[in-house]
Amino acid sequence: MNRLAQLFNNKKDKNILSIYFTAGYPHLNNTLDIAEGLEKAGADFLEIGFPYSDPLADGPVIQHSSQVALQNGMTLEVLFEQLKELRKRVSIPVYLMGYFNTVYQYGVERFCKSCAEVGVDGAIIPDLPMYEYEELYEDIFKSNGISNVFLVSPQTTDDRVRKIDSLSTDFIYLLSSSATTGKDLKVSDERLSYFQRIKALNLNNRIVIGFGISNHDNFKQAAGAADAAIIGSAFVRQLESDDYLQRIPEFIRSIKEG
Amino acid sequence: MSKYQVNEKGYYGKFGGAYIPEMLYPNVEELRQEYLKIMNDPDFQAEFDQLMRDYVGRPSPLYLAERLSERYGANVYLKREDLNHTGAHKINNTIGQILLAQRLGKKRIIAETGAGQHGVATATVCALKGLECVVYMGAIDIKRQAPNVARMKMMGATVVAAESGSKTLKDATNEALRDWINNPVDTHYIIGSVVGPHPYPDMVARFQSIISSEAKQQLLDKKGKLPDYVMACVGGGSNAIGMFYHFLEDESVQLIAAEAAGKGIRSGHSAATSVLGKEGVLHGSRTILMQTPDGQVIEPYSISAGLDYPGIGPQHAFLHENKRVKYVSITDDEAMQAGLLLTRLEGIIPAIESAHALAQLEKMKFEKDDDIILCLSGRGDKDLDNYMNYFSF
Ligand SMILES: Cc1ncc(COP(=O)(O)O)c(C=O)c1O
Repeated sequence: MNRLAQLFNNKKDKNILSIYFTAGYPHLNNTLDIAEGLEKAGADFLEIGFPYSDPLADGPVIQHSSQVALQNGMTLEVLFEQLKELRKRVSIPVYLMGYFNTVYQYGVERFCKSCAEVGVDGAIIPDLPMYEYEELYEDIFKSNGISNVFLVSPQTTDDRVRKIDSLSTDFIYLLSSSATTGKDLKVSDERLSYFQRIKALNLNNRIVIGFGISNHDNFKQAAGAADAAIIGSAFVRQLESDDYLQRIPEFIRSIKEG
Repeated sequence: MSKYQVNEKGYYGKFGGAYIPEMLYPNVEELRQEYLKIMNDPDFQAEFDQLMRDYVGRPSPLYLAERLSERYGANVYLKREDLNHTGAHKINNTIGQILLAQRLGKKRIIAETGAGQHGVATATVCALKGLECVVYMGAIDIKRQAPNVARMKMMGATVVAAESGSKTLKDATNEALRDWINNPVDTHYIIGSVVGPHPYPDMVARFQSIISSEAKQQLLDKKGKLPDYVMACVGGGSNAIGMFYHFLEDESVQLIAAEAAGKGIRSGHSAATSVLGKEGVLHGSRTILMQTPDGQVIEPYSISAGLDYPGIGPQHAFLHENKRVKYVSITDDEAMQAGLLLTRLEGIIPAIESAHALAQLEKMKFEKDDDIILCLSGRGDKDLDNYMNYFSF
């Protein structure tokens, strides 16, 4: 059984939290310190972002972290080198998230192999088109045991959600709204009915809600309406302070417990 | 379907496609399903033709530049896109897209701009049709193209400075795409060149193809023959595609596209994508772009804001690969000298972008009877400061 399935099997409460952070920010070599700190503090799974110069789905916080990470020298080569120690220090599921051009230059097959070697569970590549994944890359991902996670937005039609579900493994990344990252989510009736519409489709994959989740309240609502919720910008903002490693436990506690 | 045009999957050979996050998919898909239907609708065509004639001032003249011709020992015809309303070819595309946006029921228009010409052309059609308009422009470009910023504001557009990255055209494009992600329902994004996810490159090419459909007929009327050379400058590549479009199948016609070499190809300050670029994905399409081995986009440089872009449209990447079009690089200095030369020989101040195409004339050997059509994509009013500083007038 893969790590994510195990997580959901073992944890039956509605309090599953995933954290995103950009590798190489604020310092080049702290990727695993942050990941380990997050696991110890109670984060349930992780997205580690690999930076791109033109992150067009991201708001200012993640844009900034990406820019600093690049200045610090973060690349996929460097990241995979760092992740060689991943499974010695971190046992929760880990997904890599970033834009297609960086994966394409690294080589899609090589990327999947590197993920498998270091024990990364899957990838989230927002600008990789479904048709291209299906035609060219699905077999490569599958044969390496790397899951590929697609995004769903409020404007995605039911038919397309089903298609996405059929191509996804592990989970579907449900965007809380059509927005770039880092906006503050207000849970409204309209939003809840969108979450319910997707749930009513009875998909094969877990549904994880992300984008705009920043505090205990909207975390509870999102995680309650789906299988889990992801926090990105609100956590990356924590990394701006010098004692960011010490702050992780309090941050996770404040999200989970309020 | 022509071997040089987009296929039903949205690709030119291996270039093109739609590499976009899911949030953009519904809008881009709607456009993909509707654009040809709308463009082929007689109602649409009648309104487009009428605006092109009465508002833009088309057909634009094909002008035999005699003193320039004398200098190069061949017949140099200038396709006068600089005489269009708002001063460049960009209006051909914005008129088309605003009519399309109206038919899609959109209420709000966004655009990116480099030199400001596309921003002005977008603000203009929004004023014409009474739609809200937001233009993203790199903070650096806002400084170097001040007159165009003023024109946009006067027409009621909101100009938003793009402060991310290199603060030029690519970053303005990122910001416009982010705006579209955040406003997924009633907004249409008028992209200003033959870039972006399918169907944009094809749609913009079709609107700009009016340049070559006119020019081809104009030369036939004058000379009864096809040109020997057709030339244009390339930023994203819309005036060049428009200028080449109806000549692509005429294999006897040599097509030449001038890119901005900036301070020189090896200087580290250049925008010569066809030389410095590598295959990858930029702004939603697979194309050639300037990037590091790790896939990070390299910040380009050109004295000309309209050519200061790290990629070229996917159709250009294809035409480069199959060698139908020859891509050449022109430095800042060569372009500035060519701009001054045209001004002194013909009394026409060209946009610095267009001056890149003019500069290529200096480097070529022509036969006496050669007919050359060169796309004078825009006028130089917006660049006066730049010219004045450069030549210390
Ligand atoms: C006058 C003029 N020519 C050329 C360009 C370059 O764009 P494209 O390559 O799309 O024609 C611009 C862009 O702003 C322009 O203003």
